[in-house]
Amino acid sequence: MRPLRLLGFVGLSLSLLTAPALSQAAEEVNLYSARIEALIKPMLDRFTEETGIKVNLVTGNADELLSRLENEGRNSPADLLLTTDAGRLHRAKEANLVQVVESDVLNHRIPSAYRDPQGYWFGLSLRARPIMYAKGEVDPAELSTYEDLADPRWHQQICIRSSSNIYNQSLVASMIAANGIEATEQWAKGLVNNLARPPRGGDRDQIKAAAAGQCKLAVANTYYLAGMANSDDPSEREAATKIGVFWPNQDGRGTHVNVSGAAVTKAAKNRDNAIKLMEFLTSDEAQHWYAEVNGEYPVVEGIASSALLQQWGEFKADPLNMSVLGENNTEALKLMDRAGWQ
Amino acid sequence: MSRLLPLSAFQSLVLLTALLLAMPVVVVLGFVFVPSGDVWAHLASTVLSDYIGNSLWLMLGVAIGTLLLGVSTAWLTTMCRYPGRGIFEWALLLPMAMPAYIIAYTYTGMLDFAGPVQTLLRDLTGWGFGDYWFPQIRSLNGAVIMLTLVLYPYVYLLSRAAFLNQSVCVLDVSRTLGNGPWRTFFSVALPLARPAIIAGLSLALMETLADYGTVQYFGVSTFTTGIFRTWFGMGSAAAAAQLAAGLMVFILALVILERYSRKQARYHHTSRRHQDLRRFQLTGSKAWLAFAFSFAVLFFGFLLPAGQLFSWTIHVAGDVIDARFVQMLLNSLQLATLAAVLALVLALLMAYGQRLYPGKAIRFAVRLASMGYAVPGAVIAVGVMIPFAWFDNTLDSWTRETFDYSTGLLLSGTLVAVLFAYLCRFLAVALQTVDSGLGRITPSMDEAGRSFGYQPLTMLRKVHIPMLQGSLLTAILLVFVDVLKELPATLILRPFNFNTLAVRAYELASDERLAEAAPAALAIVVAGIVPVILLSRTITRSRQTASHLNDASAQEN
Repeated sequence: MRPLRLLGFVGLSLSLLTAPALSQAAEEVNLYSARIEALIKPMLDRFTEETGIKVNLVTGNADELLSRLENEGRNSPADLLLTTDAGRLHRAKEANLVQVVESDVLNHRIPSAYRDPQGYWFGLSLRARPIMYAKGEVDPAELSTYEDLADPRWHQQICIRSSSNIYNQSLVASMIAANGIEATEQWAKGLVNNLARPPRGGDRDQIKAAAAGQCKLAVANTYYLAGMANSDDPSEREAATKIGVFWPNQDGRGTHVNVSGAAVTKAAKNRDNAIKLMEFLTSDEAQHWYAEVNGEYPVVEGIASSALLQQWGEFKADPLNMSVLGENNTEALKLMDRAGWQ
Repeated sequence: MSRLLPLSAFQSLVLLTALLLAMPVVVVLGFVFVPSGDVWAHLASTVLSDYIGNSLWLMLGVAIGTLLLGVSTAWLTTMCRYPGRGIFEWALLLPMAMPAYIIAYTYTGMLDFAGPVQTLLRDLTGWGFGDYWFPQIRSLNGAVIMLTLVLYPYVYLLSRAAFLNQSVCVLDVSRTLGNGPWRTFFSVALPLARPAIIAGLSLALMETLADYGTVQYFGVSTFTTGIFRTWFGMGSAAAAAQLAAGLMVFILALVILERYSRKQARYHHTSRRHQDLRRFQLTGSKAWLAFAFSFAVLFFGFLLPAGQLFSWTIHVAGDVIDARFVQMLLNSLQLATLAAVLALVLALLMAYGQRLYPGKAIRFAVRLASMGYAVPGAVIAVGVMIPFAWFDNTLDSWTRETFDYSTGLLLSGTLVAVLFAYLCRFLAVALQTVDSGLGRITPSMDEAGRSFGYQPLTMLRKVHIPMLQGSLLTAILLVFVDVLKELPATLILRPFNFNTLAVRAYELASDERLAEAAPAALAIVVAGIVPVILLSRTITRSRQTASHLNDASAQEN
């Protein structure tokens, strides 16, 4: 009766699977995080140590987490949503998946450009996307703005990743806000003409290509360069030393930044704990940790960033409210399609 | 017709299971009827032609590549004698344990402009950028090569099984007619093995269509990348579903091709005599050529990328391998085992249902259920999420109203949802294998069983399962290895605090931390090696078992 034994085994396993996965700890908070486990778990453990509140974690791609939240509806177990860009936070708000939070701590610590005007979401760290150049190949004095990257004198000298990437979509969304759709499309066409190679790979690949001489300029988020500078791989460390950071648009609107941030879900059952966790993530300790471990800039003013970040200097960030990035995202993507930006 | 109408319990069971497993695909296709506004017009005027062209080229390239590598190595290791044959026999399956996106990452790390190979070249020659030509690994052709290297084992596996099961008599006849090895191969063995080869090829091509990680990393716009871009970037589920429907057209074409090829050539070996294979003895340069070819395939498909992963792992192993890592390994193994067993049971049910009752309804439902294999995992995941959440929430609303009690989410966010997604996605793998195994059993066996008055399930147990052992084990192991590598559905459907190796490897790799991702990737590969070796032994054995069983049943008759 082997088939029967097999069925028994399957049945038993299934009953094990459906058993509630969560122990009913007295105090807990459930987190959907688009930030990868390695870049959030240590801080969550610190939070648990300090408050005794257990944090349950699922990580995933932001869009899919949003989709999961939406489908689970009022029964969703998630209390807090964590994303690595403002566009998705905006989307969560539009889809009515998150709720308003009134917290003096958050309102006091986070500058208003980096949180939702109505209090639906809060930025927790800044991710800057400046221009990087190959030292010795480019005189930083030649550089000025993002707009200038479309100038024909940079023909075949720029590396940037695919337009499928959210950071490029947000950058273009911010340019639409500054210059309008038509001018931005012209700019994108010029930029595509100036590419040294078709867009391939991630931000680190663009930086490496610039370090190896395939192009002179790269557009990339600073924490990737920081990651390379601290890498276990000696070749990555060496490449990082060949790259300089230039902060564009300092005489105008400022350098494009995005935020990683969090929002309390509409279905939250541990609302207070979720707010506590958000407040903890704006503490001096957590803010400094973002800078030390992942090379991101603190969202709270007056926090010392890491030595590496200080070496790249201070910069003026584009004060555009983050929600605009979300609003302009679709237009940005269509415009990049039309410009032939792969 | 009318005598078919009252479905037997068995038929209804097959039909219902097939429809249940087809649900995610149907749910996603359902979005096709939601108007997508101007998004579709935008896609058609800008990127759609790229999607179609690239997807077609990718399929064509992978088809040629996997056929060349898979069939030739299968023939060599089965029918020829040359140095190292015994090792190649199982080692050539190893690339199967390597997730496609991982091999893409490792080759890029090595061959990219900034990688060690080109840097060394520049250091040696003093060239700079633009002074020399070097193949661009991150390109459409690069994607073809990466996918070929990890997918040829499907063709190898199934064609080797077919070559092994070919009656020696047929090949002997060919030899006595004066045909040399080449002629025997092209005029007898190849046509006889065609159904199996096409089955392997269609698995490889479905996997190609579903691939997201590789093409996305290489910046190649295909249907799959287009679906994600449209769905998430433009927020248009409808337009994305319409793209997915386009993808289904490709898949349907594959399914039809595979069926057609099998209908054209339904070969059952009637001879019950299987002697030991008499292999062609290769000598001198021919032997070394065979060795070099097999070794090159193994080297580029497995040794080189695994070596790279290993060297990265050494750098970081101390920080990464801890108790949590072990837990992830256990999670991966447990899920893969469970999914493999379930997939086998379901595949057997359906393949057998089709054999017993070759009606249109069942055939259609089973085909629909096996389309999941070519659909990107994330799309399947969303297709699972929507109906599961709907069920949970509807039940919850009802119990709240009726009993003032909330049942909450019963299925969503549990491993049941994860397993269900695996089954939807990988059923086709098990089904293909079981189906082609059943196809080789001559219908006269069924007639003999029926003459004993066996009921369907008794017949399955007493007649078919013993003869199918090899195919069944193959099916189980294939699904096991596939689930071990599976990523997108696990990522989005899993419960809190639950990690697998694939999730860990992907998270770090997607954050461009290749070295840190290496231990988990290597663990997937290593965990996949054991089943892969088992797989190879099964197939070699199946030859003996099949002949024993044939002899036994011959005596019984």
